[in-house]
Amino acid sequence: MADLSAKNLAIEEETIAEKGASIATPRQLMWWKFKKHHVAMVSAIILILFYVVALFSDFVGPYNPEKTNAKTKFVPPQAISFINGEGKFSLRPGVYGLIEERDPETLRRTFHVDKSVWHPIYFIVRGDPYKMWGLWESDIHLFGLDKESDGVIFLLGSDRLGRDMVSRIIHGGKISLSIGLLSVFLSLILGIVLGGLSGYYGGMVDNIIQRIIEFIRSIPSLPLWMALSAALPPGWPQTLRYFGITLILSILGWTGLGRQVRGRFLSLRNEDFVLAARLSGARDFRVIIQHMVPSFMSHIIASLTLSIPGIILAETSLSFLGLGLRQPVISWGVLLQEAQNIRTVALAPWLMIPGLAVVITVLAFNFLGDGLRDAADPFGR
Amino acid sequence: MSSAAVKPETKTKTDTLLEVQNLKMHFPIYNQGIFRKRVVNHVKAVDDVSFDIKRAEVLGLVGESGCGKTTTGRAVIRAYDPTAGKILFKDTDKGQVDLAQLSREEMRDVWKNIQMIFQDPYSSLNPRMTLEQIVGEPLKNYGILDGSALRDRVAELLRLVGLRPEYMSRYPHAFSGGQRQRIGIARALSLNPQLIVCDEPVSALDVSVQAQVLNLLKDLQGQFQLTYLFISHDLSVVRHLCDRVAVMYVGKIVEIASTDDLFNNIQHPYTEALLSSAPKPDPRARTKHVALQGEVADAANPPSGCYFHPRCRYATDKCKSDTPALREVTPNHWASCHYAEELDLSA
Ligand SMILES: Nc1ncnc2c1ncn2[C@@H]1O[C@H](COP(=O)(O)OP(=O)(O)OP(=O)(O)O)[C@@H](O)[C@H]1O
Ligand code: SF4
Ligand SMILES: [Mg+2]
Repeated sequence: MADLSAKNLAIEEETIAEKGASIATPRQLMWWKFKKHHVAMVSAIILILFYVVALFSDFVGPYNPEKTNAKTKFVPPQAISFINGEGKFSLRPGVYGLIEERDPETLRRTFHVDKSVWHPIYFIVRGDPYKMWGLWESDIHLFGLDKESDGVIFLLGSDRLGRDMVSRIIHGGKISLSIGLLSVFLSLILGIVLGGLSGYYGGMVDNIIQRIIEFIRSIPSLPLWMALSAALPPGWPQTLRYFGITLILSILGWTGLGRQVRGRFLSLRNEDFVLAARLSGARDFRVIIQHMVPSFMSHIIASLTLSIPGIILAETSLSFLGLGLRQPVISWGVLLQEAQNIRTVALAPWLMIPGLAVVITVLAFNFLGDGLRDAADPFGR
Repeated sequence: MSSAAVKPETKTKTDTLLEVQNLKMHFPIYNQGIFRKRVVNHVKAVDDVSFDIKRAEVLGLVGESGCGKTTTGRAVIRAYDPTAGKILFKDTDKGQVDLAQLSREEMRDVWKNIQMIFQDPYSSLNPRMTLEQIVGEPLKNYGILDGSALRDRVAELLRLVGLRPEYMSRYPHAFSGGQRQRIGIARALSLNPQLIVCDEPVSALDVSVQAQVLNLLKDLQGQFQLTYLFISHDLSVVRHLCDRVAVMYVGKIVEIASTDDLFNNIQHPYTEALLSSAPKPDPRARTKHVALQGEVADAANPPSGCYFHPRCRYATDKCKSDTPALREVTPNHWASCHYAEELDLSA
């Protein structure tokens, strides 16, 4: 036997070309492939930033998003300036003061920049008190004006009650971004369980689940969402409403995923390595967990990423139509709903900036999903 | 080395390891209704096939693409549930069992003794497992070895198939087709099986690598007295490796004989056509060329009479109506042609 193996070692036909690729794990291969997708990388970084900001919204936002100020309604976005009140350059950024004027004809109040007054911006500064994650009290903000200062900092303007739009958008992200993840997570569970049952067992189970999916998919989604959200009891507290909306969004969301999982199961069932695993004595459970699920999980994650934008848009649309979340909850949809009249569009266009946040998020998720999908199958032949 | 390549004279080929009787594997063709699928027809991929394999023998199974070779192999190892027939296997632990009757859990025990080598070295290895996990999986699942003993055995198996044991922690993507096929062979060997179904183990490989893998299979067969059901569509491969050969056409065996007998004393026109349409190693060797014309018959709607008659150059009216039975034309040489005795066939 020894000489036999020696001979075979001697005839070993091909040498391994790239040393690096040859010892890489599949995970590393995916990462390398993903890294090549620059747009997806940038999108991932943007999204991580968004989620981190949303997670620390109380800290990052300079004001309490609910704090109204009758004297500063509809302030346009302020510019950051490095030239201080005395016209000198300063390393510290700051914002100029505001002069309120009333148009003598229309009686409309407008704000003008007063370059003689300059309020320096401080980082890690005391401001409005808040309770971090409902756990501990603090009043430290990432940036803001001095607590004693009589100026205001509205980098994205203020709304009809004089509330800071930066803080409101950041707080709105908390709801809008999390609803996407949560709903996709629910869809994932439903999709994997039902799609898996359908694909692995086939037959009658498969038939029934497939017909249910077809039925759900044949209903136009927006009217269904509207009907379901309108049916949520109006007396419900906002948190319950939030979960209600999440559930409604995932009821429709799982069907596409369920289809995919089923398809993967069906095609993997006939894959040679699955048969090889059975011949190797692996029982059903091990075949599914060890061989089948890992080989489609990366695809599922990619398509989940691609379905998050739809959910964020759906929440935004529902809230915009007044059927989703409502004041005083802040979400991007709720913010946009407040901007939904001609007067706003004409006189305070900055109130539509939450829409930009939605667009950036949706695009970033789409690009990220594309990148993940390409990286999901790193074993190019 | 030479002792491994030459088959020992002591090898007894009288002990039947596998006996397949009237095996049928019909795949239903569905017509999708709203709730219930309706069976409209069947693909008779394997239709009434019988053969046996002696211990330490290599039986070749040849035929054109789509004639049911893979299906036969997979039905024998019970990857499919056969429609009908018996698969009598002499299991080391259970004695003779009819695999067609066993439950999945019972089959799991039998798979310790029957393994498979796949055609596609890419899809047959899980890309997310290391060589150690792939080759060691059978040993682990059956609870035979664990820990460092398992590693040692995997190293030994890798060495046996001509791979470096140091590769153990690598993933399949680092290897070429030929090397991957060696990994698959190591996995199939890990449990010391009695029967290995080799489904076109080299047809997906580069020509330069094919011979090496074939030699490996031949060496291993000699060394461990393995029994192969060797599926191929390449007759030169079969000639090189097999003791006996069965020729399949549209789900049926049309000729079966020892390799020498089959190649020198053809009894079925399909075998003749198959042999003469195969590329010759020496193009100057002049033979009458009997090209295979037309398409392989549809296994769902096979022709009447002899399935081969639309393509057979010796066909008569009788062939269109009467189905020829597989009969012993000369001792141990079976063929299913009405005119086996009259025709003088050569490739
Ligand atoms: N799971 C299946 N369901 C339905 N029909 C099948 C199935 N598997 C194989 N068939 C059909 O059975 C016939 C025989 O297929 P099989 O794969 O056994 O042929 P083969 O001789 O191995 O061909 P090849 O040389 O291409 O591998 C083909 O017509 C094929 O379409
Ligand atoms: S039975 Fe007739 S058709 Fe069939 S192989 Fe023989 S001669 Fe040809
Ligand atoms: Mg085949």
